[in-house]
Order: sequence, then structure tokens, then C-alpha cells
Amino acid sequence: MSDAVGLFLEASVRTATPLAIAAIGEVIVERAGVINIGLEGAIIAGAFGALVGAGTGSVTLGFVTAGVAGVSIGALAGVLMAWLRTDQIVTGTAITLLGLGATGLFYRTMFGATGAGLTAPIMSPVRIPGLAEIPWAGPALFEQPLVTYGAYVLFGVAWWVLARTHTGLAIRATGESPPAAIAAGVSPSWVQGMALLFGGLCGGVAGGSLVLAQSGTFIEGMSAGRGFIAIAIVVLGRWHPAGVALAALLFGGALALQYLVQATGWEIPYQLVLAAPYILTLLVLAGVAGRSAPPAALGQSRLGEL
Amino acid sequence: MKFCSSGTEAGERREVWSAGEVGYSIRRKMRTQTLLPDGRLTALRHSMTIGLGCAAAVLALLPGLLIVAGHEPAPALAALWRGSFGSGYALLSATLVRATPLILAGLAVALAFRAGVWNIGAEGQLLAGAAAGTAAALVCGDRLGPLTPVVVVAAGAVGGALLAGGAGILRARFGVLEIISTIMLNFAALHFVGFLVRGPLQEPSGLYPQSATIMSVARLPALAPPNRLHLGLVIALFAAVALWLVLRYTEVGFRLRAVGANPVAARTAGSINVVATTLGALVASGALAGIAGASEVSGVTFALYETLSPGYGYTAIAVALLARLHPIGIVFSGIFLGALQAGGAAMQRDAGVPSVLVSIVEALLILAMAVAAARSLRPSSTIPEPLDDERRPAAEPVG
Repeated sequence: MSDAVGLFLEASVRTATPLAIAAIGEVIVERAGVINIGLEGAIIAGAFGALVGAGTGSVTLGFVTAGVAGVSIGALAGVLMAWLRTDQIVTGTAITLLGLGATGLFYRTMFGATGAGLTAPIMSPVRIPGLAEIPWAGPALFEQPLVTYGAYVLFGVAWWVLARTHTGLAIRATGESPPAAIAAGVSPSWVQGMALLFGGLCGGVAGGSLVLAQSGTFIEGMSAGRGFIAIAIVVLGRWHPAGVALAALLFGGALALQYLVQATGWEIPYQLVLAAPYILTLLVLAGVAGRSAPPAALGQSRLGEL
Repeated sequence: MKFCSSGTEAGERREVWSAGEVGYSIRRKMRTQTLLPDGRLTALRHSMTIGLGCAAAVLALLPGLLIVAGHEPAPALAALWRGSFGSGYALLSATLVRATPLILAGLAVALAFRAGVWNIGAEGQLLAGAAAGTAAALVCGDRLGPLTPVVVVAAGAVGGALLAGGAGILRARFGVLEIISTIMLNFAALHFVGFLVRGPLQEPSGLYPQSATIMSVARLPALAPPNRLHLGLVIALFAAVALWLVLRYTEVGFRLRAVGANPVAARTAGSINVVATTLGALVASGALAGIAGASEVSGVTFALYETLSPGYGYTAIAVALLARLHPIGIVFSGIFLGALQAGGAAMQRDAGVPSVLVSIVEALLILAMAVAAARSLRPSSTIPEPLDDERRPAAEPVG
């Protein structure tokens, strides 16, 4: 039993990693006043990019191509939402549809209808001496693939940039009041465009880690709503990097529940276990959402909207 | 306000604008908000011009897309035509059959969007409707005779409405964004249907992940046998006309449009109960999507499957936006995207082009419509006009 719990904790952190990376990008995007529903599209593009890049056998190249794929989706989102000021919900929905469709098309064109036996190299866990000796949490937190440690660093950097730098101030001002940002000499469109590029990069890397640190292969539609869960995580974490880290861990646990159920042989229908993370999202949001305030200008395509 | 050093002053100034701007804003929006046409014929014609323009532009990109994906354009496009409008069989057994759920779910999306509610959950509501319809058909058996399809469709409406109502209560009572909750419920509904067809609703032999076949008395009659077209299309057309009349001529419709255009103005100037109106719009929207699901079971598949919907609920967003949320326009955009899906299936079968190409086309259509909508809003300034010119912020911000 204790073995199962240990494995569950370790699996929770592993499945939380892509969610956390995608969510931290979305924190920056939403603090700049844009709700990017197209995150799902960036994740699936990153996953496919990782498969293409890692085909050479190099995990590093896989992450580079995943990032490039994510950034190109972010660039599309930036041109449309930040520059052309299209409606954010409509645009994001279409970008997700585009990402899922385009990766499906390229996948079948490049690897055939089934793509049978396609595998990408998987990052092996790196044990951090000392820290990994802590009971329970040690192996779960400090015996993970490198990308998970990258996520830890990313959270710290994101917090520091948002809270302590001029860049962060410009981002927050844009998200709270574009007219105030304009008055202070900040271009909201430029800030939002850059934020969307960063959000796309994070989404792409998240997709890459899905392939290169978890499944080792690409399946059409494998993002399976993680982009939307990441957005829910941002709401749950109250748009703050620390809160988002905790929320990501919670959802990693919900997704890892299926491993725990398999390991302990509980008699629960498998489909209901698969539905659990989505239901959990709703329940937790119901408990938290009303009590946290989103950035004031979130989701408004027109910069001067009241 | 945290950002600006003269924060309080700016805050007060914005209060002054907001009081004056509410009335101005609602008038301006009613006039120029192109996602919310006011239902007149001119609006329809305007919508159709833009919709047709975008559809033509995206279709013109199709040969290029095919070449990029490494396929011969000519045979693929020929297959696209053969599979959609090329023969009576293609039209009556493929295009219009696929158009039926698309029109119904498209109306569902449009109804919600017109009320300013972002229901992205038509897919889940459609599945809930299909599950509820199947359950009703299996429970009823042949006891109700020719009334059975009515019960099935009504059960579908209730199923979809319940799921959407859940999202509505989460928004009204707990402040959960319906964008997130409806998407989450899509995934939950899909897994729940997966559970149903392997558990409580599985066919008696227990071998396949599907429900038992519903009795012929529970099926919607075919309109042009032996073709697959069924009465669902008539229901869809009826729903389109009904929704248009309601939005255009009734008080409920006016309230709905007012809330969609500007909830603050609707509450303060129009004393409209915004929460009740949005909740009602979401429930009605879910009911329409649920009818789409029940009509699929009752008219096409005759059993519940996990794979019942090839993403009709997501395509429905493209259907609704392409028609610029106009109910009558949705009939045409539904047939257009139904044809594209039917033709896409033929393209995969005959020319080996993956049918996911169709979802790329749909995505491009939505993006084109979003850009068109943003462009036509352009004349209204992107910065609120201050009271006097001295205080006007710098027009060109410095990076």
C-alpha cells in the first residue's frame, strides 16, 4: 500500500509538470488581460513538434522543436488577439481547433494513418542527492526528469518578474487597465503580444514534456483538454504563481488517480476515473472562483472597454 | 489603478465616463456590434455577404492546403464535390443528414452567444441529449406507439438542458466562468457516455461498447426513403424559424439581446434580471444541443455510441459564427459545413486525404469571421473618449 502511495505521489508530480508549465504561461497571458483558450492548440502543436524533433534521437532537439511549434501558435494568437483585436474566446476556440486539426493532418501525412510503433526517446529521472532522501515528498519532488526542475525554476522566475520588475508592472497594468498602461507609456498590444508568445512557448514545452517525459509517443488529440485544465488551474491559483503551483499539483494528482486505481485494484469503472479530473476542476472552482478577482480587463478585446 | 501614481484621479474620471457611456454604449453596440445583428433583413443580408466572403476565401485556400499536405488537389476536390452535392444520394444521405445536428447545435451556440453566454459545451450537451434520448427509447419500448419519438426528443432536450443548467448554476451561484465549466463538462460527458455503454446501457450480449438498438417505433421517420435523411431536419428548420421569431419579436428575445449587448445597461436602464436571463439562455441552449443528440440516435445511429458525434458540438461554433449568430443564416451555414464534412469523408475514402483537413478549414473559417467582426468594429475608437480633449491620452503609445 505504501508503495502504491509513493508511486502515486511520484506520478502526480510527473503528470502535473506539463500542466504547471502551460499554466505558468497562461498566468502571464491572463495577467496581461488576455484569456487564451488556444492554449490547448499550443500544447498539441508542441507535442507534435517534440515527436518530429526527437525523431533524430535527441531529447534536447525535441524540446526545441516543441518550443518552436508552440511559439508559432502563440504568434498566430498574438497577431489575431493583440494586434487585430479579435474576440478572445472565438479566436482561442478556433486556434485550438486549428492545432488539433493541423497536427492530425501532418501526423497522418508524415507517418501514415496509424503511425504504428512510433516512439520518441524519454527523459530519464535525475535524482538530486540529499533532497531525494526526504521521506514521501523527496522521491516525488526530487527524482524527476529535468523538465520538472525546469518548471520549478520557471515558477520562481515568473513570480520574480511579475512582482519585482518593470516588465511585470507593465504586464499587470495592461491586465488591470489598458488606458492606465497607455497613459504610462506602455503599449497594451505589444505587452499582450509578447505575453501570448511566451504563453505559446510554455504551451509548446508543456506539450513536449507530455511526449518526452511521459508517454514517449504522440497520439492525435493527446492533449485531452490539458490546455483547458491549465486555464482552470490559473483561476484556482488566483493568478498567482505560488497558488498556481499548488493547483497544478492537485490536478496532477487527479490525473494520476488512474494509476493509483490500477495499482490497488479498486473496483471503480475506468471511465468514471477518467472523468474525475474534469469533475474535480468544477467542484474546486465552485469553491474558490467567487472569492478571487481576475485581472480587471481580462478577456476584453477592445482596449477601452469599461 | 494600482499602477498609476495619480490613481484616484483616474479612477474618478472613469466613473464619470461610465455613467454617461452606458446609454451611449448600448446604442452604439446595437448599431455596430456586428456579432449581434438586430434581426432585420438588412442585417441578414449584411451577415450573409460577410459569411459568404469568408467561406469563399477559405475555400480558395483549400487547394493550397492540399498541396502543403502532399496531396493532388484535383482528385481530392472532385471527391469533395461528389461526396457533398454531386448526387441526390450524397445530398440526401450525407450532406443534409450531417447538416441536421449542425443546424440544431449551431442554433444552441448562437442562442447562448447572443445572450453573452460563452457556451462552448454544445458537444457535451449533445452527448447528454443522446444518452437521455437512448435511455428514454429503451425504457418506453413500444408502449407509446407513434408518440415515442416525441418522448425521445423531449428526453434529449431535458438531458442537454440539465448539463447546461449545471454550468449555469455554477456561474450564477458560484461565479465559475461558463467557458471553463462547459468545456470541462464536454470531457466529463464523453467519459460518462463511455461508462454508460459499458455499464448500465450496454447491449444485452455485453460484447460491444454500445447500447441496445432502439425499436423502430422510436425512430424518426425517413423523409425520402431509401435515403437516410430523417424528420430531424424538419425539427431543425422549425427550431431555426422559431428562434428567429423569438429573438426578433418577443420580449424574452429582446431581454436576451439586451443582456448580450451590455449586461450593465440591461440591468440599470432596463431593469432586466441578468442572472435569470443568462441562466435561461444557457438552459435553452443546452436543450437545443440535446435535441441534436437525441435526433442523431433516433434518426441516424439507432443506438448510443461513444463515437456518436464527430465533434458536431465544436463545428457548431463555426456554424453559428459563420452565420453571424443569425438563426436563418445558420440553416445555410449548417448545410455548408455539413457538405464540407460529408465531402471530407468522401475525400478520405476516395483520395486518401485525412478528413481532419475539414477541421482546419473550420478553424480558418472561424478565424476569418473573427477578423471580419473585429474589423467592422474598428471605427469605434479603441480608447474611450475622455470628457475634454486636454485629457486625451497619447494616441500612439510609446513601446
